[in-house]
Amino acid sequence: MAQRERPLSPFLHYRWQYTNTLSILHRITGVLLSLGFFILVYWLAAVAGGPERYAEARSCLGSPLLQLVMFGAAFAFCYHLCNGIRHLFFDMGYGFELKTARASGWYTAGAAVVLALVVWIVLRGSLGGGA
Amino acid sequence: MSLRSPLGRVLGLGSARGGSSHWYAQRVTAVALVLLGIWFVGSLATLDGGSYEQVTGWLGSPLNSALALLLVVVAAYHAGLGLQVVVEDYVSDNGTRAAVLVAVKFALVVAAVVGALAVLRIAFGVAA
Ligand code: HEM
Repeated sequence: MAQRERPLSPFLHYRWQYTNTLSILHRITGVLLSLGFFILVYWLAAVAGGPERYAEARSCLGSPLLQLVMFGAAFAFCYHLCNGIRHLFFDMGYGFELKTARASGWYTAGAAVVLALVVWIVLRGSLGGGA
Repeated sequence: MSLRSPLGRVLGLGSARGGSSHWYAQRVTAVALVLLGIWFVGSLATLDGGSYEQVTGWLGSPLNSALALLLVVVAAYHAGLGLQVVVEDYVSDNGTRAAVLVAVKFALVVAAVVGALAVLRIAFGVAA
């Protein structure tokens, strides 16, 4: 008896489109933000710990490695925020038109990059960069 | 023969598995995080340098400590729901999956409690 053709996992035969990258980025930034959440808690605990603890945390967060991590978290936040709003519109049934979905994808990516740069420039001081 | 009744075996194994409430909670927390996230980043931006006095002055006001408390709790909840989906997608072995899920949720709950206590401590005045 001939072997029936079995279905392939989607990723084995879907054509790549940049909208795929946007979706996987949403997942990656979600995971990064979850790690960033622990930095937020660390920071809050340092504030609660008093001026010395706070100063320590600031110089720790000001180290080049952690500044890089924080920049990553800032970008992840901006991207996840913008694309998250796009997702919420999809969930309400808007924007599924291929043309619209692609255009909103570009706007999202652009807005995220611009927002991340603005946030970084404005917040560097507060996030330990100026310490 | 099994100790479990046929009904007991299939309960909770329907196609939906409570998935819709998970989906819904992920969206509700997402909407809340849009507002809380903008509030948090916007406030940090007005702190201008973030000295200790500025930060405690900001977080010490009742409205701001309430929002910070909400941010910590809602972010942990949203992250828990989200990470659960990610783990379920990539970890196929049932035992490993359960272990990873428990570890992730424990870590998030501990972090959320530490964060919440920190906010409360700031709200009620750090004993200097
Ligand atoms: C700032 C506002 C935020 C919005 C609007 C938002 C929106 C969303 C939405 C709509 C989803 C579901 C996507 C899907 O099922 O395809 C999602 C997933 C997720 N979010 Fe958020 N989110 C926000 C903040 C956060 C934060 C602060 C964290 C971490 C602490 C986080 C972590 C995650 C994770 C881990 C996922 C799962 C990703 C996946 O399943 O691929 N999000 N978010």
